[in-house]
Amino acid sequence: MNIVVCVKYVPDAQAERTFNASDNTTDRDNVDGLLSELDEYAVEEALKIVEAGEGEVTVLTVGPAQAADAIKKALQMGAHKGVHVDDDAIHGSDAVATSLVLAEAIKKIGNEAPVDLVVTGMASTDGTMGVVPTMLAERLGLPAVTFASELTIDGGAGGTATIHRDGDASTQTITATLPALVSVTDQINEPRYPSFKGIMAAKKKPVEKWALADLGIDPSQVGLDAAWTKVEAFAARPPRSQGEIVPDEGDGGRKLAAFLTEHKFV
Amino acid sequence: MKTSTPPPFDPNDPAGIDDLLSADEKAVRESVRQLCAQRVDPYVADWFERGTIDDIRGLTKELGSLGVLGMHLEGYGCAGMSATEYGLACLELEASDSGLRSLVSVQGSLAMFAIWRWGSEEQKTQWLPPMAAGEAIGCFGLTEPDVGSDPGSMRTRARRDGDDWVLDGRKMWITNGSIADVAVVWAQTDEGIRGFVVPTTTPGFSAPEIKHKQSLRASVTSELVLDAVRLPADAVLPEVRGLKGPLSCLNEARFGIVWGALGAARSSLQAALSYAGERTQFGRPISGFQLTQAKLVDMSLEYTKGSLLALHLARRKDAGTLRPEQVCLGKLNNVRESLEICRTARTILGANGISLEYPVIRHMNNLESVLTYEGTVEMHTLVLGQAITGQSAFR
Repeated sequence: MNIVVCVKYVPDAQAERTFNASDNTTDRDNVDGLLSELDEYAVEEALKIVEAGEGEVTVLTVGPAQAADAIKKALQMGAHKGVHVDDDAIHGSDAVATSLVLAEAIKKIGNEAPVDLVVTGMASTDGTMGVVPTMLAERLGLPAVTFASELTIDGGAGGTATIHRDGDASTQTITATLPALVSVTDQINEPRYPSFKGIMAAKKKPVEKWALADLGIDPSQVGLDAAWTKVEAFAARPPRSQGEIVPDEGDGGRKLAAFLTEHKFV
Repeated sequence: MKTSTPPPFDPNDPAGIDDLLSADEKAVRESVRQLCAQRVDPYVADWFERGTIDDIRGLTKELGSLGVLGMHLEGYGCAGMSATEYGLACLELEASDSGLRSLVSVQGSLAMFAIWRWGSEEQKTQWLPPMAAGEAIGCFGLTEPDVGSDPGSMRTRARRDGDDWVLDGRKMWITNGSIADVAVVWAQTDEGIRGFVVPTTTPGFSAPEIKHKQSLRASVTSELVLDAVRLPADAVLPEVRGLKGPLSCLNEARFGIVWGALGAARSSLQAALSYAGERTQFGRPISGFQLTQAKLVDMSLEYTKGSLLALHLARRKDAGTLRPEQVCLGKLNNVRESLEICRTARTILGANGISLEYPVIRHMNNLESVLTYEGTVEMHTLVLGQAITGQSAFR
């Protein structure tokens, strides 16, 4: 089983996050970054699959030099090797361009040994668009089974991937033939933390660094100038407004229940 | 001169000491913190109140899986981490509870270190791998009911009977004693003080638990009773004679305490800072009052200074240049100041400061033990007094 996990290096959500004043892109320099927490679930799920059978987990990221930390964390958790695509021209890329770079990188990884499964998080914790997995599957011509709260692999590399996708009122069970792309939610597992042996072992694990030229991508296809979307302006979130007071006229309970249902709190 | 904007101020690290740590050191710290957050923090106040740790064997195995037990030792299943990483781990453990850090200190720095440093190859192969994995628990018997700071006057004796050794005596205040699979016991012999590796199933060995503690309640403390405990010739630690044996182990454990005590201080300081921001009196948060700010700033200063000292001593230990007197200096300062931080935090929390709903009184009571064990304030003062003046005031 040859698994590629796509991960993203994101600004720490605990810290104060800002945009660059010059081009309205996310400021990644003046804030501590880390492996997107939603991607930890993807790494964990891939590790569980190979630990239950056999195979290898490759972590792939596209990002600036610091993004190596995201790969390192995944290697410390137990992934076998890393691929880091870093090129100045990628700065400011939107989801469309990101999926292009990821797709070409996965094809290149597949030249060595065919990729049986691509696992991603459900979204990044910074952009939170959640569209890259589907775009990536489209570019690779793979079935996309997304938002998995449970994943079962049957029959190994030539077999199937079956997921549970939890909706508001029902749970779907979806099966795809491998190779396939699966995106996972934060309900799927409890990501491990690196053991000291994992931290030591990660120092010796191979990480390949590729630029756009290695993937045959023309710089004009990516970056801020090629982006289909861009941030025009941003403003700080206004201070939280005062809550709505619902007077109880005998129907307070119903109103409360209606509010909770409407906002999907229950 | 650079004019770029400095990074934002971090109230939890006012001097920015984190910059001095490598990414791997931070990763070690983060893993220990995650284990503690999941496995210890939600339960520890209850353990303290009831005076017992639930599933202590399971917890010890999880600490072993992470790699914490004997983490600074090389080989025999140990993780082979640096002294700095060991210190960071101790800090995170003790930020949860001094009892947890004590379990780890005694296992790794006392029992395992004694075998690793002074044991035979057979002793190391038999005991270190299961101890590193947390499958076997160790304890360390030096202190006796009537013998504390002056271990040279210990009464526990080991005499030869043919090839065998026979041990008689009592040890007191022994962490992990009642749950241990193996005890490293120090005893007087005709050849001076020697160490023995005693499987706790040996006839004549018993370890009743000490009750009625008001400190380190989330930790097992025991008496060791050695009643004609017969051991084979190869039970003795072959590579050391004299007080140097136990003192070398204590030096290891004290180093962990230099860091660990700061964990208790950090937890109390953060609790006080958060409480002061939320508690309103006279129409505003008490963190806005000068007296409270003076307390918080003093606590933060001492925590910062203690952290720098701990890190400096760790770097020296990693470089092989750390002297025992320097460990005394670190233990003396950091436990004393951490206890003061906890006591001050207690006053900021007012009446809530005495409740186990907050971590403060638990840390404060725990540090009363830490202040005394592994060398009292008085002994560390006298050791430093001798080192500074050249005159011994106690021998």
